[in-house]
Order: sequence, then structure tokens, then C-alpha cells
Amino acid sequence: METVSTTIPNPLTIPEQKTFIDSIIERNRNKPGATMVVCTELQNEIGYLSAPLQEYVASEMNVPLSSIRGVVTFYSFFTAAPRGKHSIKFCLGTACYVGGADQLIEKAEQVLGIKIGETTSDGAITIEACRCVGACSQAPVITIDEELFGKLSASKMPKLLKKYQD
Amino acid sequence: MTLIETHENLTQIHKQAVLDFEQKRSSPDFQIQGSDELKAPTEKEVRVVLRNSGVIDPYDIHEYIAKDGYLAIGKALQSMTPEEVIDEVLASGLLGRGGAGFPAGLKWRFARGAQGSPKFMICNADEGDPGAFMNRLLLETDPHAVIEGMLIGAYAVGSSQGYIYCRAEYPQAVKTMIHAIEQAREAGLLGNNILGSNFSFDLEVRMGAGAFVCGEETALMSSVEGRRGEPRPRPPFPAQSGLWRKPTNINNVETYGNVPQIILKGAEWFASMGTENCKGSKTFALAGDLNKPGLIEVPFGITLREIIFDVGGGIKDGKGFKAVQTGGPMGGCLPEKYLDIPVDYKSLTAAGSIMGSGGMIVMDEDTCMVDIARFFMEFTQDESCGKCVPCRVGTRRILEILTSICNGEGRGGDLELLETLCREIIQDSLCGLGQGAPNPVLSTLEHFRDEYEAHIYEKRCPAKTCRALIKFVINEENCTGCTLCAINCPVNAITGERKKVHVIDPDICTRCGICESVCNFNAVDII
Ligand SMILES: Cc1cc2nc3c(=O)[nH]c(=O)nc-3n(C[C@H](O)[C@H](O)[C@H](O)COP(=O)(O)O)c2cc1C
Ligand code: FES
Repeated sequence: METVSTTIPNPLTIPEQKTFIDSIIERNRNKPGATMVVCTELQNEIGYLSAPLQEYVASEMNVPLSSIRGVVTFYSFFTAAPRGKHSIKFCLGTACYVGGADQLIEKAEQVLGIKIGETTSDGAITIEACRCVGACSQAPVITIDEELFGKLSASKMPKLLKKYQD
Repeated sequence: MTLIETHENLTQIHKQAVLDFEQKRSSPDFQIQGSDELKAPTEKEVRVVLRNSGVIDPYDIHEYIAKDGYLAIGKALQSMTPEEVIDEVLASGLLGRGGAGFPAGLKWRFARGAQGSPKFMICNADEGDPGAFMNRLLLETDPHAVIEGMLIGAYAVGSSQGYIYCRAEYPQAVKTMIHAIEQAREAGLLGNNILGSNFSFDLEVRMGAGAFVCGEETALMSSVEGRRGEPRPRPPFPAQSGLWRKPTNINNVETYGNVPQIILKGAEWFASMGTENCKGSKTFALAGDLNKPGLIEVPFGITLREIIFDVGGGIKDGKGFKAVQTGGPMGGCLPEKYLDIPVDYKSLTAAGSIMGSGGMIVMDEDTCMVDIARFFMEFTQDESCGKCVPCRVGTRRILEILTSICNGEGRGGDLELLETLCREIIQDSLCGLGQGAPNPVLSTLEHFRDEYEAHIYEKRCPAKTCRALIKFVINEENCTGCTLCAINCPVNAITGERKKVHVIDPDICTRCGICESVCNFNAVDII
């Protein structure tokens, strides 16, 4: 735990981020079922829900830390550590699996020199597997940040990835 | 947006909207943002739920109104009691489109009759089945139809607050819905005293966070409440005790999408489509090894063969058909001999699969059915919430056995063990996830048992997919030495000079198959 928290930045120590975090909590505090809403917005805007941030949310919203931690660990969308600058997700839904998604992953792993779930050492790219993104007729599909790329093949990967390698 | 406060307002605005709609389209540079997933309907298709998709601008409420939008809630509020609305929906025969096919009108009646207030409406837009994107498309192309369907349901049930629970993987759908809700609110079609009546209703979008089990209704409600999305036993059903233990009606996106037209055109019109016990039409997401994948809408009663070969254009690359997977991870794989059954909830269940929400993945002869069963089990094992033991431990055990079979380490007795395990998990699991998880295994065991046996007893993968049981070799006659395979190999297992026959080192090769897919000369053989 100690070593992890030293490498993960603490957004609460950055004044603008802290104000931002407070505004998210304030805006949603009174909504029924606010925990999920707050966590989702924080994940989207801050990019991760680190341990100190979880503690902060729990105390600000007056809920037990265990329920915040329970939510963060249950849903795959939430991460405790920041992702790379670009987040590349490989769809492993049925259509994409049948369409050869594993070949895309293998190629990307080679090109970037990392395994699925890891971030490049320069912090530029995180690669992850994900569930169906609902673009199955274009399988196999990957998403890079918010953009979707369909009908891919392993041979197209190096050129596509190049654009995101700093 | 002008406020629509009375029925007269609505009639006027509708008239104007129709004129505007025509006029916009008479301009030569008018264009609706097209989606290549939804093409013009082919001969065997219909457009009921998708009637506005690709036709109207989803970001403009006027366009929806031009297509008789919000006239159905107007009609209901002006001339129908909540009971009459329920009777109409019941008479139409509309079944829930989320998977189980429960009569929507009946569900509404239960919620209406339930004690307790407030009552909640939920739209299940979690669409977690991999290979399904019908709900996403409807939300993105006709958001107001879903809102209007929920309004009508809320009026029938007696609810004043609703939630649309949409998965995080659909940012565009979330954006479209939030925008549509704001527009409807500005128009006074959401909020207090809608169209001058006593009926008030408002809506909020809530986002999922990447958990498949949250599509299950009790898990979904736990997630809306801000907790881990773990299911709970039913009864009590949501109609009795749902969101925050209040009576709650939950339906799928497509279920709501059908409602406005049923109210407007009548139950009889709706019931004229479909089969004896299953009325109307259904959207399917066609994907896999097809010539024309995409979203389709067909009347119930159409055969799988018509869907795959007429609407879907048949199998890609001239290959043979092997199986069609319906119902997602809780569904099954059906072989050729079932292609002529008329599609509805009962017939697919009788065939050993399920309708599910409408994902349909077609697989050609190169697909290994053992590997597909393993794939689905990997999915459910990973998505099992862990609350009940049969699902948590059972799916893991099944996955271990399937993986060992795919790796060529299967043993005699494995298949019988699988069957026993499957039966127990079905019987003892808490929610539909565990109860349905064994389906892909059981259906492939039933229809493709010989493939399992080949893996176990001959250590052979007939479809040449399972990596441990195949080898890639260069076909010396066909290889032109173009180097393409060597360039693309992710592990540098291929060597050879330009214009000379290449060689694959089996010790380095990971059997990913990239060389085979890039080769233009058919020079990589799988043995
Ligand atoms: C594991 C699991 C996942 C489900 N996922 C969905 C889903 O993504 N969308 C949906 O509408 N229903 C889903 N359902 C069905 C819901 O529990 C519920 O029956 C449905 O939302 C009711 O709506 P309907 O009556 O309109 O079909 C799922 C059920 C289970 C067991
Ligand atoms: S399976 Fe990959 S987008 Fe649906």
C-alpha cells in the first residue's frame, strides 16, 4: 500500500483538482444513490479513484469507506491508478473474438512492448481488454480514447498505434 | 423550444412540425447523419420500432413530433384511463424485449396494483450481451420514442420518477438521451402537470460502470441505489419491492420503444404482426461471419434461415454455415437443422437456446465450438458477481475443464462431469446469470459433441482453432517469398529471404494465425 500510494499522484493536493472534486461531490450529494454518480464523474474527470480520494469521498459524503471501496472494486470501469495518456481498449465481445481480436492484441503487445492491462513506461498508452462496445458489425473493434476503429487487422496495428506513441 | 401546455398546443405544434419536416427535406443539401449499421429495410424486414431511425434528426424534438411523436401520451392523457392503457398494451401482446419475454401489460398491472409510493419506472439500457447493439442504436437514433414509452408506462403505473440505466460503454447514447430529456423538459413534456393534466413525471439518466450482471433487474436497482451491483433473490419482484424497496416497473429500451405506436395505432394493428403467441417485430444485431452484418428489424415468425441468408446476405467468403449463437452468454448455439424454425421466445427456448435481447452471431465452418463455449464461460466466470457459490465456483470449474479440453488435456469422463456441473449450476444459482451460464456449454455439447470428442480422444481441433492442437507451416509450393508473414509475425518466428520459401519455427510460434490471415498466396497451412 505504502509504495503504491507514493507512485500514484494525489489529486487532492492539487488546488484546482480539489475544487473540481468538491464541486462534483456538492452537485450530486443530495441525489438518491449518489455514490455511483460521484464515482462515475470522478473517474471520468480525474481519471482514477486513488485510495486517498476514496477516503475523501467517503468522509465528505458521510458514508462508510467500505461502501465506496466496495463500489470502486466491483465495477471494472473504475480504476485506482491513472491510465496512460491514451487508453486503448480491445473489444473481446463475441463478434470481435470470432473476428480475430486476439491477433490485434498480440500485435499491439509486440509493438508497444507491454502486456494487456499495462501502461507503456513513458505513460503514453494503456492497453486493456473490454467488453462489447456495441459496434459488432464492424468487428474486430478497438477504441482509442473516445474514438472507435473497426474492421481492423493485425497488419494495420503498427501504423495506427504509431500516431499515439509519443 | 416553446412550451406545450395543452392538447391544443400539441396539435398545433404537430401540424407545424410536419410542415417543417417536409420543408427541411425539400432542400437539396439536407442530410441525416447516416449510420452504416442500419440500412434501408430489405424485403423481409419491417420498420416498427426503428421507424424513425435514420429518418429523423435525434437531436431535434420537433422532428420526432412531426412523426406523430408525443401524440400517444397526449391521447392517453386525454382519453384513456391508466387501466385502459394497460388493457391496450396487454391486448397488443407486447412481450418484454429484454430477454425473458414477459407480457409488458401484465407487469404494468402488477406495478399499478402494488401498495406503496412513490413508484419508480426504470428503463434497462444496460445491453451487456456481447454482440448486441440494438438498444444503443435505438437510443441514439430515436431517443424520444423511449421517453414517450416511459411516460405512457408511468401514467399507467402511477409513477412520477424514472431512471434510464445506460451502460458506460455507450457514451454517445448517454449524450443523446440526456439531450432529449432536456428538450422534453423544456417543452413541458417531462415535469409537472404534463399537457395540463394531473400527471407529472421526470427522468434521469444513470450510468453503469462496466458490470454485466447489472443488466439483471435486481442488480441494476442496487447499482442505481449507489451500491455494488449484486442481485438478490426474487420474490419479491420489483413490482412489489424494487428501487429503494418501492414498487418499480422495469422494462427494456425496445419494450418502451414499441409502446407509443401501440397506443396510437391500437393493439389490433400491433397484434397483426408476429406469431400466435408472440406479437410484433424484433430488432436483431447481426454480426459474425456474414456478408451483411448490421441491425435489422423483422417480424416474429421469420425463420433463422431467412434472417441469415436473405437479410444477412449469407456466409462470408463463400464458406459453410456452422452455427448461429443467440441470446448472448446465457444463450446457445444452434446448428443447421434448426434454421427453419420460426423465431419467437418459445421456439428458440425449445431448440435449446434463448431469444435473449437480440444479439445474433453467425459462425462459419472455421469456428471451434469448444472454444466458443470456453469463450462464453470465460465471460460469465469473469462477470459472476461472486455472491452465490454455485455461480462463482461452478463457472470457474467449468472454465477449467473447457480450457483443459482446448489445450488437448481433456480426459474421458470430462463431458459427463460438465453436464452434471451445468445442471447443478442451473438449479442452484441465485440469478439469471448463473442459471443461464451453462447454456452455451450444454447447447454445444448437444449439437457439436463430436468436436468435444475429437479434442479429448484424438487431441485434434477439427476447426483448426485451438492453439495447442494446431501447427502453422509454410506451403512450399505456394510461398513466393514476399516476406509479408515475416514482417507481421509478432514473435519473429518466421525466417526467410525475399523470393525464397519461408520457414516457421514451431518452437517460437504462438499460433496466433496472423501469418495465415496476411498471406495473399494461400501459403500458410494449418495442420
Ligand atoms: C445476467 C442478466 C443480464 C441481463 N441483461 C439485460 C440487459 O442488458 N438488458 C435488459 O433489458 N434486460 C436484461 N436482463 C433482463 C432483466 O433482468 C429484466 O428481465 C428486463 O430488463 C425486463 O425488461 P422487459 O420485461 O422489458 O424485457 C438481464 C438478465 C440477466 C439475468
Ligand atoms: S463484440 Fe466487439 S463491438 Fe460487439
